Amino acid sequence: MNDELTLDINGEQRVATVRMADTLLDVLREKLDLTGAKRGCENGDCGSCTVLADGLPVKSCMMLAVDAIGKKLTTIEGLHDDPMQHAFIEKWAFQCGYCTSGFILNARALVNQYPDATDEIMEEWLSSNICRCTSYQEIREAVKSVLKEQRFNVGRPRSRNKR
Amino acid sequence: MLPFNFEYYRPSSINEAVELFEKLDQDGKKPIYLSGGTEITTLGRLNQIFTKAVIDVKGIPECNALDFKQNSVVVGAAHTLTQVWESKILPLLGEACVKIGDRTSRNQITLGGNLASQIIYREAVLPLLLSNSTFVVAGIDGIHQISVHKIFKEKLLLKRGEFLVQIKVNGKYRNKPFFIEKKRKSERVDYPLITIETLKIDRSIRLAISGLCAFPFRSYEMEKELNKTGISLEERIDKAVLRIPAPVISDIRGTSEYRIFVLRNTLLDALIDLEGVR
Ligand SMILES: Cc1cc2nc3c(=O)[nH]c(=O)nc-3n(C[C@H](O)[C@H](O)[C@H](O)COP(=O)(O)OP(=O)(O)OC[C@H]3O[C@@H](n4cnc5c(N)ncnc54)[C@H](O)[C@@H]3O)c2cc1C
Ligand code: FES
Ligand code: FES
Repeated sequence: MNDELTLDINGEQRVATVRMADTLLDVLREKLDLTGAKRGCENGDCGSCTVLADGLPVKSCMMLAVDAIGKKLTTIEGLHDDPMQHAFIEKWAFQCGYCTSGFILNARALVNQYPDATDEIMEEWLSSNICRCTSYQEIREAVKSVLKEQRFNVGRPRSRNKR
Repeated sequence: MLPFNFEYYRPSSINEAVELFEKLDQDGKKPIYLSGGTEITTLGRLNQIFTKAVIDVKGIPECNALDFKQNSVVVGAAHTLTQVWESKILPLLGEACVKIGDRTSRNQITLGGNLASQIIYREAVLPLLLSNSTFVVAGIDGIHQISVHKIFKEKLLLKRGEFLVQIKVNGKYRNKPFFIEKKRKSERVDYPLITIETLKIDRSIRLAISGLCAFPFRSYEMEKELNKTGISLEERIDKAVLRIPAPVISDIRGTSEYRIFVLRNTLLDALIDLEGVR
């Protein structure tokens, strides 16, 4: 038995015919051609399938697609020219790249929610994801550089004329 | 991908949920309640859970309650562990929730799901055992309030068709001193080697543990030994360890001997912290 459902993904209404038992990961990859979320452990451990639901990271392998109705979903395909993407490139924060979309989305949510994130908060968030190529140090540096840049930009007056 | 399909229902009231369960059960659909859905998706994939119908309790207002009034803390079973922690409504519970899984998983795992879990740790129950909480349970014959000590014995003992709506805790527990420590094998994120939570009420200490035996528990016998003053802390701990209520687990995370070794040290930290000695 299949049902049609509409999901709000990257600002678009996407319709898919799914089984109620399909996970969000299944639907993103198999029905909507959004293959940025990766299938890793499918057990909630690795985080390669991470997407954002209403701005919060979730592991799409352990969320039913039907449970995502009404939530604003962001996948890696929904980020364009994001500073976090640039930082990952600049800091060489990946090797094979399999974990990268999950890490970037998790880190994006972190800097949105905690612009003043301490190292401890950053560690807590990043430990939801596994990088088999062990790029952890570079990933930390990438996230820190975005946090730093963001703080610098917030501290600066936006326009001199506005004084 | 789950190897089986099911029907999905999202009732908006308690009555609707329990009536749905009854009907689906009669139709042979083997219904189960769903909350965060993380266990159903992960164990379902391994054929360790099977159903033809799930009833999602997240749309039920009572399952989303979060309140402190008339000196009672009420937490709906559908709240995620992140929400319970961020609400700061009951630090004793919040600090237990924030040690479960990892940050992203806690955005999905719910309080009710953890308490009803098939996985043996069910760490969120520790503070609820220590604070003599009340579980609000709904079934076809109505809503019942039951002491945690009656309904949680090793695991959540729900009758067929019942589900957990809320937990209630006396407001006095919001400010009592407690100590919680989760020891893992080596990783930052893992199931516990052992998790102990202790609570100080007046001059006595309450103790609950997960990961030591095949189920989480509060032990009055161990508490009695720990509360015998007039002997050294180490002697009190030695006597308490003799009262562990069931065989100690030996598995990939640690042998039983190692778990007891870690327990002793962690209990020492707890006593030093709560009694302010040394
Ligand atoms: C990555 C990961 C890490 C984890 N780490 C830990 C850990 O460190 N410590 C720990 O204790 N656990 C841990 N767990 C286990 C987790 O807490 C349980 O699997 C829990 O059941 C998940 O909750 P959920 O809300 O997603 O449950 P669901 O998948 O919705 O349901 C799980 C079970 O509970 C039942 N249920 C759910 N809600 C109710 C309700 N309101 N009333 C009655 N029955 C209900 C369901 O029928 C089902 O049988 C971890 C799980 C994952 C995926
Ligand atoms: S594939 Fe989802 S956490 Fe590994
Ligand atoms: S870059 Fe290969 S897994 Fe992270």
